[in-house]
Amino acid sequence: MELLPVFQWLEATAVGTTIRESLWLFPMIQCGHLLGLALLGGTVLVVDLRLLGWGLRGEPVAELAGKLQPWMVGALGVTVGTGVLMFLSEALKCYYSPPFWYKMGMLAVATGFAFTVRRRAVGLGRGRVTAVVSMGLWLGVGFAGRWIAFY
Amino acid sequence: MNLLPFFEWLEGTAGSVAIRESTLLYPFIETSHVLTLCLFLGLIAMLDLRLIGVGLRGVPVSEVAGRLLPWALGGFVLMAMSGMLLFYSGPVRASGNIFFRVKMVMIGLTGINALLFHFTIYKRVADWDRDATPPWRARAAGFCSLVLWCLVVICGRMQAYNWFDKVKG
Repeated sequence: MELLPVFQWLEATAVGTTIRESLWLFPMIQCGHLLGLALLGGTVLVVDLRLLGWGLRGEPVAELAGKLQPWMVGALGVTVGTGVLMFLSEALKCYYSPPFWYKMGMLAVATGFAFTVRRRAVGLGRGRVTAVVSMGLWLGVGFAGRWIAFY
Repeated sequence: MNLLPFFEWLEGTAGSVAIRESTLLYPFIETSHVLTLCLFLGLIAMLDLRLIGVGLRGVPVSEVAGRLLPWALGGFVLMAMSGMLLFYSGPVRASGNIFFRVKMVMIGLTGINALLFHFTIYKRVADWDRDATPPWRARAAGFCSLVLWCLVVICGRMQAYNWFDKVKG
């Protein structure tokens, strides 16, 4: 399937055009994306640190993950939502940006991992390797994401 | 006191030029600065949400503060170091940027807020450690911290835009 026409169409949508032509919108969406990222990172980190035996050691892993679940889902919603908006405003730039494709690949793997292997580890209350892989994957998503601006 | 001559000298030093003109070093430092946000602000936000009484309810406040703050402080050190390197790579433009100046003031205010919290209401944390909703002074400290740090992030991001710079760089 040829993807370029799809990206061209996405960039031409009303939402994409409005953001692209506004001076303030894109920077404000970026701020939301960063703040969502910080919260998402915090919720992921607390549970992964706990799986490693660090951080909030006084709490059972599953209970901790359960308490943080709404915040994690909310943060993921904000980050993905603002990310989609930024993408729409520069879909063609993303199409030609290698970091964009790395990021999307890593994001798919990280999200899949979070809802399968990591969820199981949280249920079992242990999983040091899982925690390290989880942190590594999210770090990769963030790293590649920042580099979309550079390449 | 006019610091501009000093910043101009700083900008001319070999290290500053090297970062500014590098292909990979500058993006790498900037990415580190952004990603340590998760380690620092992400964990600070956990404590703030607990103080406000909306997150991690049931977990003792002293446990959240005692076990997460060391990690957050580690994140702060990494963030401050990468931030200083970014400033070092272009001190003239950064120091004249309104968002940078507001950001520095906000960081100062977060410090005052944190000190006030630790030397007043947190001294008596044993009395309210397990309260689902902490006393109002603790809630206020958590709320101020969250708002101030959000403003720091927003100013930091906006600093990249030169809308209000006298000299466009």
